[in-house]
Amino acid sequence: MRYHPLTPDDRLTMLERIGVTNVDALFRDVPQSAVVPLSAFDLPDGQGELEVERALSRMASKSVAAGAGPFFCGAGAYRHHVPAAVDHLIQRSEFLTSYTPYQPEIAQGTLQYMFEFQTQVALLTGMEVANASLYDGSTATAEAVLMAQRITKRPKAILSGGLHPHYSETVETMAELSGQVVRAKATPGKPDDVIALIDDETACVVVQSPDVFGLIRDLKPIAAAAHARGALLIAVVTEIVSLGLLEAPGLQDADIVAAEGQSIGNGLNFGGPYVGLFATREKFLRQVPGRLTGETVDAAGKRGYVLTLSTREQHIRREKATSNICTNSGLCCLAFTIHLSLLGEEGLTRLARLNHAAACALADKLDKVKGAQVITPTFFNEFTLKLSKPAANVVEALAKKGIIAGVPVSRLMPHDPAVRDLLIVAATETNTDEDADAFAKGLAKVLS
Amino acid sequence: MTMNNQGRPSAVGTSENHELPTISGDRGLDHEEPLIFEIGRDGMTGVDLPDVQMSETRLGGMRRRKPIGLPGLSEPEVIRHYVRLSRMNYAIDAGLYPLGSCTMKHNPRLNEKVARLPGFGDLHPLAPQSTVQGALELIGELMMWLTTLTGMPAVAMSPKAGAHGELCGLLSIRAAIAARGEVRKRILVPASAHGTNPATAAFAGFVIDEVKGTADGRVDMVELEGKLGPDVAAIMLTNPNTCGLFERDIRHMADATHKAGAYFYCDGANFNAIAGRVRPGDLGIDAMHINLHKTFSTPHGGGGPGAGPVVLSAALAPFAPLPLLVRDSRGFRLIEDRDELPARAKPFGRMCAFHGQMGMFVRALAYMLSHGRDGVRQASEDAVLSANYILASLKDVMSAPYGNGPCMHEALFDDSFLEGSGVTTLDFAKAMIDEGYHPMTMYFPLVVHGAMLIEPTESESKESLDRFIHVLRELALEAIAKNTVRFDGAPRYAPRRRLDETAAARKPVLRWKRKDLPQAAE
Repeated sequence: MRYHPLTPDDRLTMLERIGVTNVDALFRDVPQSAVVPLSAFDLPDGQGELEVERALSRMASKSVAAGAGPFFCGAGAYRHHVPAAVDHLIQRSEFLTSYTPYQPEIAQGTLQYMFEFQTQVALLTGMEVANASLYDGSTATAEAVLMAQRITKRPKAILSGGLHPHYSETVETMAELSGQVVRAKATPGKPDDVIALIDDETACVVVQSPDVFGLIRDLKPIAAAAHARGALLIAVVTEIVSLGLLEAPGLQDADIVAAEGQSIGNGLNFGGPYVGLFATREKFLRQVPGRLTGETVDAAGKRGYVLTLSTREQHIRREKATSNICTNSGLCCLAFTIHLSLLGEEGLTRLARLNHAAACALADKLDKVKGAQVITPTFFNEFTLKLSKPAANVVEALAKKGIIAGVPVSRLMPHDPAVRDLLIVAATETNTDEDADAFAKGLAKVLS
Repeated sequence: MTMNNQGRPSAVGTSENHELPTISGDRGLDHEEPLIFEIGRDGMTGVDLPDVQMSETRLGGMRRRKPIGLPGLSEPEVIRHYVRLSRMNYAIDAGLYPLGSCTMKHNPRLNEKVARLPGFGDLHPLAPQSTVQGALELIGELMMWLTTLTGMPAVAMSPKAGAHGELCGLLSIRAAIAARGEVRKRILVPASAHGTNPATAAFAGFVIDEVKGTADGRVDMVELEGKLGPDVAAIMLTNPNTCGLFERDIRHMADATHKAGAYFYCDGANFNAIAGRVRPGDLGIDAMHINLHKTFSTPHGGGGPGAGPVVLSAALAPFAPLPLLVRDSRGFRLIEDRDELPARAKPFGRMCAFHGQMGMFVRALAYMLSHGRDGVRQASEDAVLSANYILASLKDVMSAPYGNGPCMHEALFDDSFLEGSGVTTLDFAKAMIDEGYHPMTMYFPLVVHGAMLIEPTESESKESLDRFIHVLRELALEAIAKNTVRFDGAPRYAPRRRLDETAAARKPVLRWKRKDLPQAAE
């Protein structure tokens, strides 16, 4: 086995030092009846690198990669160009194969990029502090709701109908343990009325902008209404590139921002691993879940970084921890940081404009197709189309022509017949004019 | 000084003045590196993108008004910055990483390569299912490996890390108890448990009841049986346990637990000791998370991403969270909603958006296919052999509280050998840094005073183990002899000396701020 350095002779010498004759003796505490022979496992034996690569390549070839043709899926995961430098740097051994930086003297690389990441996320969201990442946007949203319940000591979370349904379900699973979750009805293409649901039991209102249908929300009035009743506003962003062009949620008075950072630095990866962004006000710092990196000095007076405020965390506080999180998204947060450093203010602004322009042009083209109508008056890089046929059927028909047209809303809300004809379409800098033309042409055929 | 005939010195000279401060502040290959915000400039970018001017937008008047404040850098500057940062990190590729309970084993590069195949890496989670059959097949194949290796009938794939998997397991248990029309509030957790266990149980709404250990480092069966009762939902146990020992009475524990109407949750963090040899399903376990980033070697990446699929017994399988993967005549299919559930399925909810850590799944399956069942078993055997080799080679100088019998894949020491030396476990660990090693896990498990938990894994050669043993022996002997010079203020040769963690927590500085601007908003 190419990954095992011990030779049969080594093993014998080692057994001799231990004072046993065979390796079975080391397993003597395991009940004999629980030990099974190798033949009990109906699995193949080991293979060489060539064979494994061949088998997995064959499996990979059974799917259609997003880059293989015109591609317009969004709804929480977005295809962007990631500069080659990002993947090269995150594969450096010192980043890829290091552990959580519990020994700061020999983990300054990880700690410093986490500090940079926290700063970038705080700037981007317009908040005062950010943590060093959570698993993804959906779990970050759930953690934000739990934090709001802790801060306000109130049970109820109100979820906007425009929140990604997977996020709503994740919040329900987590937050119903400690409180109550109320979902507003989805109103595709129009702002829903979450304000009407706020009462004195409300811990927080959770609003996504741009929402799952693409619509841009004005958060300020919602924040004002929430604050007037002593509740918090949690702003959710699933397309983080949008903040290159849109007003930051922190400047619209959000109390917590939970976001998906996948769009910057990270590929689609069929849904994971992604990187959850979490930012808030300084006054809530001690209620923040997950890891935090802080600046300090070493014994020689040099600036350095350490994991800090760990008295919130499970390895110290055990059952009194603010969250059970141990692992975060270290390497994905590094990819985010490197990509955003490469972009800088100028690059991110251009990228966001490019996305918006691509979506505007595509929306105009598709809106002209007979049987298709754009129903989101405002949007960043994705919008919702109302079609004259069920969206799932249209997507399947276009997939046969090599066009991945978007995400049918029925995939996210199968029990709601009212959304059957709605299709969420995203355009990014990766889409060419030819892609858009092919989409419009194919759609016209399928709808005719 | 000796010179050759070009006037060039031909001898290496002496190396006195070793501690002479340099003009730059850097020292040879060790570069100090400022923050990215301190080296950027406005207007610069490392990505060339067209400058699209928009005459009209559809942003609904929500356009950003002020600059964000991000620095601008060119690509070479960004690369140099992060390369320099990387060189301040320890890594398994660079040296032995003996972190007990963390399983820092070799990360094969083939796994990185295949995870980046466009047919896995460039797939959208909500692309039409007919276009992602290969990805669903991969998940199905990995599920088959996990259920076969554990002897359990079902597995929930979506949890994103070990603690997330623990939560998934406990929520399955909660749902199963609710389905029986019962309310059970207590979870029994041994004192030696990982911190995530009580944290997760509390998170899931349970009350934690701690079970003491015995003098030989195992769960006290008498106390456990005494605590079992009609309000106990589950016991939560790590096996092999965090003292590095196999719980001999595990089957008895499972029987007693089931008899009391409770479920048996096993923390699978230490599966690397027994994979390919013992099937948790045979031990009576109802739920166990598997850290793919430990046992199946997906890279730790400086603290994530991980993946924590949870294998489930027949009793808990119906309650597994959405999405579910099924295979029928049309191929593989994801069931993402309650409207289309197969018979008997009663999912408790959803752990996260989409379907789990696909990138980790590809790497883990590549690991499994490379190892095969024989290689997986060999890995466990070598991991246990190496840990016992370390235990046998050090227990005469370092105190091993359970050193009389064999350990599993990690060797536990305590600080009694340091008593009276003036050297603490922390000092000992930090001195290891100067010797070129990452410290072992310290002060965990909590049940042992000044614990040092060493897990060498199967990835080390005998020469590497011998060198490590030699260094630890010498350090131990020096400490015992009260030769504290190597320990006082160690490390000396790392990129940083000991850092002031108290100051960091007292007045937290968690982000960079531009110093020349008024911080009106903050």
